[in-house]
Amino acid sequence: MRTLREWLHRLVGSLRGRNDADLREELRLHMELAAEDSQRRGEPTRTARLHTGGAAQAMDALRDQRGWPWLQSVLADVGFAWRQLNKHRTATGAAILSLGLAVGATTAAFRLVNAVLWRTLPVADADRLFTLAWDEVSAQGEREYRDEFDYSTFRRYSQVAARQAELMVVGMTGRSQIIDFDTAGESERATRQYVSGNVFPVFGFQPALGRLLTQTDDVTPGGHPVAVISHHYWTRRFARDPSVLGRTFRLGRTSFEIVGVAPRGFTGTEPGRMTDVFIPATMNVEALDRPGWSWFRIWMQPRRGVSTEQVRLTLQAEFIREHQERIKKFPADAPKERIAAYLSEQLLLEPAGAGASSPQRNLRRPLLILSALVVLVLLVACANVANLLAAQAVARTREMALRVSIGAGRWRLIQLVLVESLLLAVGASAAGALFAWWAAPFVVSLVDLGEPLELVLDTDWRTIAFGVALTVTVTVLFGLAPAIRASSIQPLGGLKERVDGYAHRRVARTLVAAQMTFCVFVLFVAGLFVTTFSNLAGRSLGFEYEHVLLVDAQTTPGRDMNETWTGLMDRLRGTADIESVSFAQWVPLSQNRWTSTVRVPGQPNLQNPSLFLAVGPGFFKAMQVGMVAGRDLTPSDTAPRVTTDKQLVPGVGIVNEAFARVLFGGDNPIGKRVTVSPGNPPMEIIGMVRDSTYYNVREPMRPTVYVPWESKDGGTLIVRTKGDPLAAIPAVRAELSRARTDFRALQVSPYSTMVKRQMVLERLLAILSIFFATVALLLASIGLYGVLNYAVIQRRREIGVRMALGARAVDVIRGVTAEMMSPVGIGTLIGLGAGLAFGGLIERILFEVKPTDPLTITVPLLTLAAAAALAALPPSIRAARIDPAQTLRSE
Amino acid sequence: MANREPSKADVLQGTLDLMVLQTLDTMGPQHGYAIAARLEQVSSGALRLNMGTLYPGLMRLEQRGLVKGSWGTTDTNRKARFYTLTAAGRRELAREKQAWDRMTTIMQALLRGDA
Repeated sequence: MRTLREWLHRLVGSLRGRNDADLREELRLHMELAAEDSQRRGEPTRTARLHTGGAAQAMDALRDQRGWPWLQSVLADVGFAWRQLNKHRTATGAAILSLGLAVGATTAAFRLVNAVLWRTLPVADADRLFTLAWDEVSAQGEREYRDEFDYSTFRRYSQVAARQAELMVVGMTGRSQIIDFDTAGESERATRQYVSGNVFPVFGFQPALGRLLTQTDDVTPGGHPVAVISHHYWTRRFARDPSVLGRTFRLGRTSFEIVGVAPRGFTGTEPGRMTDVFIPATMNVEALDRPGWSWFRIWMQPRRGVSTEQVRLTLQAEFIREHQERIKKFPADAPKERIAAYLSEQLLLEPAGAGASSPQRNLRRPLLILSALVVLVLLVACANVANLLAAQAVARTREMALRVSIGAGRWRLIQLVLVESLLLAVGASAAGALFAWWAAPFVVSLVDLGEPLELVLDTDWRTIAFGVALTVTVTVLFGLAPAIRASSIQPLGGLKERVDGYAHRRVARTLVAAQMTFCVFVLFVAGLFVTTFSNLAGRSLGFEYEHVLLVDAQTTPGRDMNETWTGLMDRLRGTADIESVSFAQWVPLSQNRWTSTVRVPGQPNLQNPSLFLAVGPGFFKAMQVGMVAGRDLTPSDTAPRVTTDKQLVPGVGIVNEAFARVLFGGDNPIGKRVTVSPGNPPMEIIGMVRDSTYYNVREPMRPTVYVPWESKDGGTLIVRTKGDPLAAIPAVRAELSRARTDFRALQVSPYSTMVKRQMVLERLLAILSIFFATVALLLASIGLYGVLNYAVIQRRREIGVRMALGARAVDVIRGVTAEMMSPVGIGTLIGLGAGLAFGGLIERILFEVKPTDPLTITVPLLTLAAAAALAALPPSIRAARIDPAQTLRSE
Repeated sequence: MANREPSKADVLQGTLDLMVLQTLDTMGPQHGYAIAARLEQVSSGALRLNMGTLYPGLMRLEQRGLVKGSWGTTDTNRKARFYTLTAAGRRELAREKQAWDRMTTIMQALLRGDA
C-alpha cells in the first residue's frame, strides 16, 4: 500500500511536485552548514564538497525521485519528435496523408460492411431470430435459394409449429408507394411493410408513441385498417409531432389510421431499405388466398427451451409432406430423377439477427472481398510510411550514434522512434477519422437509384474500436522495424563515417515490390467487379425499359373494369409523346412472382414450375418483347381457370422460347394444348415470344406463360413514351384524373428506377472498388516517388561525379530508375498471379467475366505502368538537372 | 514488489530509511543536514551521506507518508526544511526495528555458531 502511495505521489509529482527552486534552497542550506562545519574543523573547503556531493547530481537524484522518470523521458521524446516532424514537413505530410487516407478508407469500408451485413437489428434476442428458406431445384437442375412464401403456406406452418416457435409474416419492403394524407393535397411516397401481429411483440419493442401492432390487429382479412409508422419516418415527415396519432392516410384503396410510432433505431428488417409504414399482414387482402403468390418472408423465433433444430425438423416434416402430396399429382411417367430432385429439397433456417434482404444475402461475399482489398490498400500505405520513416532513420544515424555514445540504452532509442511513430499515428488517425466520417455517406450517395439507398451508418463502439485497433497495429507495424535498426547502431562507426544513405536500399526495394503486388492485385480485382457490374447493367433483359413509365393503379371492383381500363388506355394512346400502352398484373422485376405447373398431355411430366404473368393485349409491344410466332392476346381472350363451382374454363396463353425449349424440346408450341394447375383447366398456346427476365437481373431466362388478365381491379399500366418518360408524367397524371374518379393512380415512376434498384449493391461494389483501386494506385505512386526521390538526393554526389566524367542525362536516369525496375516488375508479376488465382476463387459471384480474359489482365498492368512512369518522372528530371560542378563543390 | 529479491540499492534504501526514522524519533524534528551530521557522529565518521543519497531518501519517506516536511527556521535564524515523524512513521519504525532485531539475532546465532 505504501508503495502505491509512493507511486501516486510520483505520478502527481511529475506535474505538481516540489519545484526545483524549493529543492535547491534546501540543498543550499545543507552545503552552507557543511562548509561552516568543515571550516570549524579546519579542513580545506574542498573536503566539504566531497562529502556532500555536488548539487547538480543531488538535483538529478531528487528529480528522479520526485517524478516518474519514464514518463518524463516520454514527454521529452514527444517534444523532440514534434520538432523533428515539423522540420521535415513534406515527408511528415506525405506519411500522415497516406496513412490517414488508408485508415480512413478502411474505417469507411468497415462502416459500410457493418451497416449491410453485421449490424444487429435492435430487437430482443436477435440471435434467436431466423428466416425460412429452401433450396429449390430448378428445371435446369440448379439449386436456387428461395425465401418468399405465400399466405396459405404460412398458415399451415404456423399451425404445425405453434407450440415450438413463433412464426411471423415479414413482408418484402418493395418500392415506395403513393401515400395520401389528405385527399386534396399532394401525393407523397412511403415504403410499406406488411407484418403479422406477433412481429412487434416478438421483437420486444416499446412504442415511441401510441401503441404498436399486436395479434388482435391481424385477425380478419381487411378488417384492421391501422398502421404504425417508423421513428425515422416520424422524424423525417412529421418532425416528431405527437399529433400524428389518429391521422389517416390512403394507401392503395384503403384508409389507414396511425396508431403508433415504432421505437427509435428500428428501420425495418432489410438492410439497405427503410420502412416507413407497418401494416397488418391481413390487410393485403388479395394476396391472402392466392397460393403461389408469395410476397413475404417467414421469420421464426423458437420458444424458450426449444432448439432451432427441433423447429426446423417440425417444419421440414410439413415441407416434405407437402412435397409428397404434390408428387402424387405427378403423372406416372414422370422421370425418377426429377422426383428425386424435388424430394431432396430441404427447408433451411438462416440467422436473421442482422436482418434479411436479398441484397444482403447476395453481397455478403463480395463485400467481404472488398474489405480484404481495403486491407491491402492499407498495407500499401503502411509500406509507404515504413519506407519514409526508414529513410529518415538512416539519415539520423549520426544523431543516434551520438545518443548511444552519451549513454542511451537500446530501449531508450526504440522508445524515441516509437514515440515519433505514435505522433504520426495520432495525426493520421485524426485525418483518417475525418475522412471515414465523410467518405461512407458520400459513397452511399454515389449509388444512383432514383431513390436513396438507406443504410444506418452508426459510429458505434465497434467502429471506434476498429479504428483504434488499426492505428495501434499500424504504429507497431511501421514504427518497430526502423526503431530496432536505429537502436543497433554502433556509435563509433556512426560518428566516424559519412553515412552512405541508401544502406536501407534492400528494405526499400522489398517495400516497393510489396506495394506493387498489392496495388496490382487491387486493380485487378477492381477490374473484375467493374466488369461484372457493367455486364449486369448492360445485360439484355429481353425487354426495353428505358422509355417506359409504370403506373400502379387500382379501381373499385364490381363495375365493368374492362371498359375502364381500355377506355383509359385508348385515351393515353391518343396523348402526344406516348407510343404504346398496355397493362399487366405486375411487371417483371417488381419483386412479384407467380409460379404454377404446366402439364403437357401425353408427355412425361417434369413438374417444372413455370412462371406466369397475367397481361393485357399489347403487352409485348409496349415492353418491346419480340413476337416469334402466333398472335398477341385480344380483349376477348380468356385465361384458363377453375370457377368456384369447379367448372373448368379453357383459355389461351402465350409462351416464351424457354418454355418451348424445355417443355416441347424446341418444337413449335403454337396450337398445342396443355393444362395448368391448379385444377388443370386446358390452355391453348396461341403465340410465342422471345425470352425475358422475370424476377431478378441475374437469373437465367425461365419458361414463362403469359395469360390474359381478367380481374383488373389493380395492376400496372405500362406506358411507353417517345421521349423522356419523366417528361410525360404530368400528361399521364392528367389523363388519369380525367378518368373515372374511383380510378386511383398509386404510383407513377419510370421503369428504369425499378431496374436500377435491382443492381444497387453491384453498383456500390463497382464504385467502391474503383475508389480503392485509385487510392492504392495513388499510394503506390507516392511510395515509388518517395523512394526514387530519396535515392536521387542521396546519390547526388555520385551522379555529379558521373556527369562530370561524361555520362549523359539518359544514362543517369537509367541508373537511378534501374534499381527500382526489378522490384516493380517482380511485384507486378506476383500481384497478377495472386489476382488470377483469386479471380478463380470468386468466379461464382462475378457475372460473365473470366479472370483470364486478356482485357482484364492488360488494363491493370497498363494503368500501373503509367502510374509508375509518372511517379518516376520528377525524380528523373531532378537527377538529370544535377549540376556536377555544384555538387562536387559542396562536398 | 513483495516477492522480489531485494537488490543492493533496496537494502541500502531500507537501512537508510531505518536510520533516518530512528534519528527523527530520538531527536525530534530535524532538518536534513542535522540528520546527516547526527548519523556521522553516531557512526564515528563511517557513515557520510551525500546530498544525492539523503534528500531523495527523505523525499521518498515523505511520499510514503512516514515523515512530513515543512519549512521552518533554525536556531541560527536560517530557513530550513524540517522533517517530523508521523504516526505511520512511528509504526513503520517499530516494525523495521523488530525485523532488524530478528535478523541480527539469526545472523548472530548463525555466524557465532559456525565460528
